[in-house]
Amino acid sequence: MPAAKKQGLQTLVFQNPPVIVAAGTVVGGKEAQGPLGKTFDLAIDDPYCGEKSWEHAERRMLEDAAKTALKKAGLGTQGIDFFLAGDLENQILASSFAARSLGIPHLGLFGACSTFYEGLIIGAVLIDGGFAEKVLVAASSHCCTAEKQFRFPTEQGVQRSLAQSWTVTGAGAVILASQGAGPVITHATVGKVIDLGQSDPTNFGAVMAPAAADTIVRHFQDTGRPPEFYDLVVTGDLGIYGRELAQGLIGDHGYRVEGRYTDCGILIYDHDTQDTHAGGSGCACSAVVTGGYLLQQLQAGKLQRFLGVGTGALLNVDSPKQGETIPGIGHGVVIERR
Amino acid sequence: MDVDFTKPAGIQRKQYRDFTDQINPKPNVLVNAIWAFVVGGIICTVGQGFLNAFLAAGLPVLESGAMTAVVLIFIAAFLTGLGVFDDIAKYAGAGVIVPITGFANAMVAPAMEARNEGLVLGVGARLFTIAGPVLVFGIVAAWLTGLLYFLFR
Repeated sequence: MPAAKKQGLQTLVFQNPPVIVAAGTVVGGKEAQGPLGKTFDLAIDDPYCGEKSWEHAERRMLEDAAKTALKKAGLGTQGIDFFLAGDLENQILASSFAARSLGIPHLGLFGACSTFYEGLIIGAVLIDGGFAEKVLVAASSHCCTAEKQFRFPTEQGVQRSLAQSWTVTGAGAVILASQGAGPVITHATVGKVIDLGQSDPTNFGAVMAPAAADTIVRHFQDTGRPPEFYDLVVTGDLGIYGRELAQGLIGDHGYRVEGRYTDCGILIYDHDTQDTHAGGSGCACSAVVTGGYLLQQLQAGKLQRFLGVGTGALLNVDSPKQGETIPGIGHGVVIERR
Repeated sequence: MDVDFTKPAGIQRKQYRDFTDQINPKPNVLVNAIWAFVVGGIICTVGQGFLNAFLAAGLPVLESGAMTAVVLIFIAAFLTGLGVFDDIAKYAGAGVIVPITGFANAMVAPAMEARNEGLVLGVGARLFTIAGPVLVFGIVAAWLTGLLYFLFR
């Protein structure tokens, strides 16, 4: 017997769609100077945020994003049932430390850069399932902690690959509630891990595009909705070249998203002046663009409904060296104006 | 049709690789080579200038060479500390990485990052993460060359 709230193979349909009652976004200097600069709540220019390490700074940003969301919703930490969060540090430590200081029951998540969307899905499930009234979902990344962990020391003199993306420094948090005013989450499509044999850790767009395309196509098939049903389809951090690849792959499945498909990693930076190469990436990329710009577009009535797809590249520092290919994942969430 | 998803996984991967080859941006090798040649040349000229100065000051040839290396290492390390080196390397590429300046940068950059992990297990342990392989294979190559010289001279 199929599950009562599931449609098709991978899509969840929420009976009482959870409401996004508030969002908080914190970004670094480069993001604040980008085209979406004004849509963020807080910008901190100093990569250390006045703390003693980048790791401390990332944790601070995550806490600040969560506190901003709480403040906007007029809630204290006691009013929240669960804190779902993840990041890119080893063993998602930024989230654990933020959870320590917030003191809210915590589930740590890892979906690489798709973590924020993974959190939205699990949060919505907890609420629609009746296990929670209010859930705080957050994710963070920091360009220096990510570079340090996955690539080279930041002051190392290397030429970045042209297809490489720039890890967004920042954190995004949203509060999901069973009732209230704000946009609602109506559907979610949980992605499969997809691997089309890419192995270049400097080109995540090509790595993740097949997973994003698979989830988007699966969503259309499961729901029977055509792409035109959405004002916008937006992936997490595929960047300029990854977006083109994903668009091509979606076309190969017989769906056309041209003209209504973009990517958070393209939106967040100015490609011509900010020297980010392919665009933005990292957990915070989809978190701050969704929590800031996209939700504001819904609230302003410029968008009625969008399909957001958080995308993640699944690797660690050693796996490419051991000859492994890099699989990707994409999680889709439908957010509607109400 | 870029990738035919009805085909077996191996063919899909091959088709996707061809598709990414079309889309992926290509680096401008000529511009990169010119930058590397010019900046690398400038560094060598500056080095030669120091060498001549040390020789003129009366230092023997071997010591002058060593002193020149020390000066270049200091400059590269200093620029790394100021956070300028990586900005130069962005354009100069191999021109600044291949000379001894690149080696100095490869030691200082990880050391700077590791300083909040302590002096011994942080800086001490991380100092050679980039430079280590260079040293290992440099020493192995020198040893093999020495062996060949010993056998066939």
